[in-house]
Amino acid sequence: MLQQLVTAGLTIVVGIAAAFGYFYGSNWLLDILFPAGAAGDRATRNIRRAAAIRPWLFLGPALLALALYLVYPVAESIWLSFHGPAGRQFVGLKNYIWFIGDANIHSALINNFLWLLVVPAASTFLGLVTAALTDRIGWGNIAKSLIFMPMAISFVGATVIWKFVYDYRAANQDQIGLLNALVTWLGGPPEAWITLPFWNNFFLMVILVWIQTGFAMVILSAALRGIPEETIEAAVLDGANGLQIFFKIMVPQIWGTIAVVWTTITITVLKVFDIVYAMTNGQWDTDVLANQMYTWMFEGGGDFGRGATIALVIMILVIPIMIWNIRNAKAEMEGR
Amino acid sequence: MADLILKDVAKAYGDVKVLSNIDLDIKQGELIVFVGPSGCGKSTLLRMIAGLESITAGTLSIDGRVMNEVPAAQRGIAMVFQSYALYPHMTVRDNMAFALKIAKKSKAEIAAAVEKAARVLQLTPYLDRLPKALSGGQRQRVAIGRAIVRDPKVYLFDEPLSNLDAALRVATRLEIAQLKEQMPDSTMVYVTHDQVEAMTLASRIVVLAGGGISQVGTPLELYEKPENEFVAQFIGSPAMNLLPGEIVATGAETVVKLAGGSQVRAAIPTREADMGRAVKLGVRPEDLQPTEAADHIFEGRVEIVEALGEVTLLYFERQGEAAPMIAKLPGIHADLRRRQVRLAADPKKVHLFANGRSLLYR
Repeated sequence: MLQQLVTAGLTIVVGIAAAFGYFYGSNWLLDILFPAGAAGDRATRNIRRAAAIRPWLFLGPALLALALYLVYPVAESIWLSFHGPAGRQFVGLKNYIWFIGDANIHSALINNFLWLLVVPAASTFLGLVTAALTDRIGWGNIAKSLIFMPMAISFVGATVIWKFVYDYRAANQDQIGLLNALVTWLGGPPEAWITLPFWNNFFLMVILVWIQTGFAMVILSAALRGIPEETIEAAVLDGANGLQIFFKIMVPQIWGTIAVVWTTITITVLKVFDIVYAMTNGQWDTDVLANQMYTWMFEGGGDFGRGATIALVIMILVIPIMIWNIRNAKAEMEGR
Repeated sequence: MADLILKDVAKAYGDVKVLSNIDLDIKQGELIVFVGPSGCGKSTLLRMIAGLESITAGTLSIDGRVMNEVPAAQRGIAMVFQSYALYPHMTVRDNMAFALKIAKKSKAEIAAAVEKAARVLQLTPYLDRLPKALSGGQRQRVAIGRAIVRDPKVYLFDEPLSNLDAALRVATRLEIAQLKEQMPDSTMVYVTHDQVEAMTLASRIVVLAGGGISQVGTPLELYEKPENEFVAQFIGSPAMNLLPGEIVATGAETVVKLAGGSQVRAAIPTREADMGRAVKLGVRPEDLQPTEAADHIFEGRVEIVEALGEVTLLYFERQGEAAPMIAKLPGIHADLRRRQVRLAADPKKVHLFANGRSLLYR
């Protein structure tokens, strides 16, 4: 344990030192190659050249990392998706045909669709409501910290917490799951919540909503505070009540931010894997695409072709949302 | 369309008193301007009338009904904000219609009211635009239109011209004056720090200072007969000159001996008991004329000449006073720099203040 901490600390120090060294060193080299102190015209030319090269020099490491960890994997995934389980034998569109026809994939797609429908909507709505309410009360900041806290917990950690909420013991035993304890206290029979077909999907979604509400709240709270106070006062004078002011005056003014929050959560949802993997591993009809991808890629000997195909489908699904998200965020930054 | 009465109104934030003893009786059809230096509480008073700020003490009544606890929307007032406060996501039409929609008026009624207000304010071509596609002056007209469609008893304007550039400010000021002409029965309360707006628009001006009312009166009353030194110096530009002196003769006319030694006649009656009293003699820069006669108010060397074409401002240094003596002469007098000039004024144009209060009012 201690050794790991030391290693981690050392890595951080060495990494940062290397980054500094790179920027300082490359800049120094540039100054030597194109000295600004040269005579007359050459000085201006040198400065201009150095200025043209410097951004690329500084961007270099980041571009390299992006190429290595993003562009290459995408290319490799595309290549793999046209090959067999071991990634050697060319199979043409066979993996894609399998994808279209497979019953498990269909079930995962339907579940994914449900997640997309429920989680971004619920998180954004709850985030908006909590942002509006916590802005009005004295202990709002404490409430905000509490609501935001799940953001700091990893998906797996959050799932473990919720496993205790949904935990099931036979009817004659003491219930240690919060939900079953509540149900039995109210006189109902205990249920194995995460095995209930269809509904178990929603029990999993609750976890992500729990995590993402804090994110939505923080961003939307900032947006709500940016609304000019006078427009609200004008609405008060115009006779609007609290709800009318909220939905007709405040929410429309922060649509751009709501769209950014919504799409950001949508992208997270498309990638959701940890929660399903840790809670059910796709059993009882709770599978989603990302978990299918992991299962095909790494479990039971692995089928790189099918795993890569699923990965590509997820990527293709994310891209349009991503583009829309970036556009919205840009528009928001430029003040529409 | 209503009377608005403030009785002993006060405002405090915790222990900090902002306004106190505000008594004001505004008649239907008046355009009352609140004017005063920044921080005097004029906007706060307006917001108290609007219902956006609570009233700490005293009563506010509109049309005989006490409004202290009545919600803003039910007071029958409409307000125009300095920042326009248009709803940015709504078209001009929707901005103006919002209050009526909230009040659940019929579609035909709303359309008629909006069309009419748009016609009055020349906004008809812009009805389907968003506020961001309008100029500052047009935005302010929309804000005024939003007030008009509600047909309120009282219009409140909170520095409506302060966000406009100089040329537009003059044009919009005229538009507001014309608007008032068209609606002679509506009561308006207008807050500004600009005395030109106050002088040109107001039927009566309320000068606020030091947390209370300094003087209430028509623009010319305030100009000609200021009740105190503050109003005397606040109304009129450049500010009135004040010179310390002592009363040496009383009666229907008063004679004051100034610190400089000269004696000045003032057409203000005083009692015998005022003999020897220390006073300040006030004279407006525009009431001073150069003179050769022995009777004069001030004599000195011109330090700075500001030739504005239409008038010329002369600045004199005064011994023992930070504020310069200023004279405003009609026409061009660019040649007076560094010259010794003697100034005098008509006794009818001279003001006398004792302990900051005018001797006219006592």
